Amino acid sequence: MNRKLGWFIGAGLLVAFLLAGVVSNFASGSPDGLDATARDGCVFNAADEIVSGTCMVQQEQAHQMADSPLADYGIEGIENEYLSTGLSGIAGVLITFGIGAGGFWLVRRRDQKAAEEAPT
Amino acid sequence: MDVRAMHISNGIISGPVSVVFIVFAAAVLAVCVWKARADLDDRLAPMAGLVAAFIFAVQMLNFQVLPGVSGHLLGGTLAVILVGPWVGALCVSTVLIVQCLLFADGGLTAIGLNITNMAIIGTAAGYLLVVALVKILPKTPAALGATALIASIVSVTVASQGFVLEYALGGTTDLSLPAISGTMAGVHVLIGIGEGIIASTTVITVAKVRPDLVYALRRFRRPVTIEAEATA
Repeated sequence: MNRKLGWFIGAGLLVAFLLAGVVSNFASGSPDGLDATARDGCVFNAADEIVSGTCMVQQEQAHQMADSPLADYGIEGIENEYLSTGLSGIAGVLITFGIGAGGFWLVRRRDQKAAEEAPT
Repeated sequence: MDVRAMHISNGIISGPVSVVFIVFAAAVLAVCVWKARADLDDRLAPMAGLVAAFIFAVQMLNFQVLPGVSGHLLGGTLAVILVGPWVGALCVSTVLIVQCLLFADGGLTAIGLNITNMAIIGTAAGYLLVVALVKILPKTPAALGATALIASIVSVTVASQGFVLEYALGGTTDLSLPAISGTMAGVHVLIGIGEGIIASTTVITVAKVRPDLVYALRRFRRPVTIEAEATA
């Protein structure tokens, strides 16, 4: 990877950190299109419990990873919601970049020129 | 503020149908890895990592589309334009797997359903539109932005119907399918417009700064030659 590309990737990651770490706190808290459709037909009370009606979410089951320290886009143990959401977003960007770039690097095409430059 | 869960949860679609889609998604992703190798060079690999990370970040940004209803980017069209269809589908899948395993968003049982809709159907629909539009429209950043907007709207709406298909096969509550289809399509056209604005802004920016990093500008603009076919 040449230096100019490195700068571009770095700048892109910085934008992603800002979006996931800061702007995410200003995102809408309303159910998204899918979730709203899944809730369509039921009446909910203030505590978000189903009072009456028939809808998809009645059949919803718990998530296997509900105990993950990053579950529901927060960091376990951090009380401040803004900090918790923001830091979980930054962690997610880092992890996704790590897995993505690492994985793609491993399966990339290695022609002769690339093979000479490869670190291993 | 809490970011809500935003993908299909466990239990909405029956277990057997969920398993069928896990097998289907795994098979398609295996083909994507195989095809992606031809595209992935030393330059595209880190770029693809960035695209995945960027999609993760933007998926956290739910925007209001109706009173009480929000939407977020799915990312298929954006990924197709920047890194191509095969690598793009893998980028979106990476995001969905990270969200499922670490952020408890999108059920583990439902992972095949979510990958099928957003990474496979969404990316495939976006790809078909992008290929067609890039050939017709002028090769300018603005035209690429228009391509991203139109392809995003179609891609997101088509992806939403993937859920309707899955619900027809294994929905766990007896509900009217035409009603689900209409509700999903209607709200996802609006979400697609939001996604299109984000995708269009992003690709215009990259096309101005580093046009050489835009896959759609490098690969889709010329008619396919024998040589390109051989490496594709």
